[in-house]
Amino acid sequence: MKFEGTKDYVATDDLRIAVNAAITLERPLLIKGEPGTGKTVLAEEMSKALDAELITWHIKSTTKAQQGLYEYDAVSRLRDSQLGDERVNDISNYIERGKLWESFEREKRPVLLIDEIDKADIEFPNDLLLELDRMEFFVYETGETIKAAQRPIVVITSNNEKELPDAFLRRCFFHYINFPDEETMKQIIAVHFPDLKGRLIQEALNVFYEIRDVPGLKKKPSTSELLDWLKLLLVEDISPENLKERDPSKLIPPLHGALLKNEQDVHLFERLAFLARRERN
Amino acid sequence: MFVNFFHELKSANVPVSLREYLTLLEAMDKKVIEDKVEDFYYLSRSALVKDERNLDKFDRVFSHVFKGLDSLEEGDIAQIPEEWLKSLTEKFLTEEEKAQIEALGGWEKIMEELQKRLEEQEKRHEGGNKWIGTGGTSPYGADGYNPEGVRIGQKEGRHGKAVKVWDKREYKNLDDGVELGTRNIKMALRRLRRFARHGQPTELDLDDTIKSTAHQGYLDIKMVPERKNKINVLIFFDIGGSMDSHIKLCEELFSAARTEFKNMEYFYFHNCLYEHVWKDNKRRHQERMETWDVLHKYPSDYKVIFVGDATMSPYEITYAGGSVEHWNEEPGAIWLERIQQIYESAIWLNPVAERHWEYTPSIQVIEQVFQDRMFPLTLEGLDNAMKELSRAS
Repeated sequence: MKFEGTKDYVATDDLRIAVNAAITLERPLLIKGEPGTGKTVLAEEMSKALDAELITWHIKSTTKAQQGLYEYDAVSRLRDSQLGDERVNDISNYIERGKLWESFEREKRPVLLIDEIDKADIEFPNDLLLELDRMEFFVYETGETIKAAQRPIVVITSNNEKELPDAFLRRCFFHYINFPDEETMKQIIAVHFPDLKGRLIQEALNVFYEIRDVPGLKKKPSTSELLDWLKLLLVEDISPENLKERDPSKLIPPLHGALLKNEQDVHLFERLAFLARRERN
Repeated sequence: MFVNFFHELKSANVPVSLREYLTLLEAMDKKVIEDKVEDFYYLSRSALVKDERNLDKFDRVFSHVFKGLDSLEEGDIAQIPEEWLKSLTEKFLTEEEKAQIEALGGWEKIMEELQKRLEEQEKRHEGGNKWIGTGGTSPYGADGYNPEGVRIGQKEGRHGKAVKVWDKREYKNLDDGVELGTRNIKMALRRLRRFARHGQPTELDLDDTIKSTAHQGYLDIKMVPERKNKINVLIFFDIGGSMDSHIKLCEELFSAARTEFKNMEYFYFHNCLYEHVWKDNKRRHQERMETWDVLHKYPSDYKVIFVGDATMSPYEITYAGGSVEHWNEEPGAIWLERIQQIYESAIWLNPVAERHWEYTPSIQVIEQVFQDRMFPLTLEGLDNAMKELSRAS
């Protein structure tokens, strides 16, 4: 099992090695990086490339580690008992399996994505330590031990909103998805829009990196925003000449809404455009 | 295998543990990578570094430990005997020395000098800081450190890249204490969280309900109050004068603290805390509050944070009447001590870089008054400050 990137996903060397190390050593892979650099997409592409099922566990601020294992639905059991339902005698009818349990049961090694782990409570990762390490857990209600048939490939993404505990980090491989440089970016675009004219890409990239270089932007546009913007440019059929036009009155790139998501950033841009115009006069 | 590397990482304060080191060896054993130094770099980075803040440190250590791993081929760039330039010594300079060298002058000047020295020099030379050779701090020659240096004879590596991946130090700005944005500040402030259930019971406590129902034999519903962050924070900002140069940082800290702490109160003061504080800097002379009122109003479980550069004349702290703006009956130090008597946890955040502290007597005075609980306003400092605040309960 080796991951080499897919036709829809450009994996840099360092990413490939981190992924393969995690697969070979059966350790979780922790992915961090700027929003929009393809952290979640990586797991999807891994599952495609390795032909493994993808099981996604989205984490929210209210998610508890236990929910990934199983949940005991006490309320419906209580109700059933009052209605005299037969099901009530077997407690396992009220055990609901979590994503982790699901991934443990698969015959074929699946990819388990724990998405945005930092959203959960600070203690969340610690609560999963043993389960991810040994790939087994104990169900108190039925007294059985669930053990993974195949250790799933675990991919964990984090947006850095909370620090993760050291003990948890020690068990993972880590990869920080850096913002792609221009060369990698060209490859990424080629993968997504194979028929895009070369000149248009060049001009669009110039504009894009110029925007990223503007100091003081609240939210710098990221890869996924660039891809959206290119899609729009294609749909609107905007020519490279149009992009190239450095007429100060048109300093704001066409369809900038896809790149700048913040009102203040748009204002900042307009102000810069205004200054540029004044300089010329 | 790589024990040296492991120890170097440890001493460079990259938090690596034995377990991670063993993981790396296991990966080598299972042949995850081919025998390429780049691949090894990526693998070891992924196995040993778990936080992007440490990537830069890792790069530096890697480049240090594995220097010369792929042998360099000497080039014939200038007519200088090759053996002069063979790498024999390795010299690592302190930050200060680097800064000194940086001040040496521009590129053109250096090229001009080089020409001159080439004419003057005839023998092989090592070390020192003027002649061309190896390992020195002169801008000419190889392997030394000079950011404006001219490389002679040490040609780019085999792969045609002048700079190795780890030498690029792409992660430079992710290191702690360098850059501090609102987001980072929020992250650091989160350390100061203490959840507790307080007030009206509004949530169903399922576990307790089940337990109680089983116990009583009828449906007995139990409620609990919502979980809230019960930390209360009182922030005093120094404003005006020498603080103007730190205004951006303080704004960021303020907005981060504003969103992070639900119960946050802030007041402004100038230079040092005296008998008055105010909330609106424009109307500071009309609408000010007695400091005593503030101290009486907020109970002692508030965490107190002072933000200021503490840069003033020491008299402003230690003498009555020392204030630059008004006649103060009691010296500022008394007020600062009073705060600490009332509030168990109080700290001072200083936007001035820590290495400059020793040159300003007033900073030392305040540091003393605060019993060394003064922290620089960097990510690391903020982290330590929050640790200190959450320590005392």
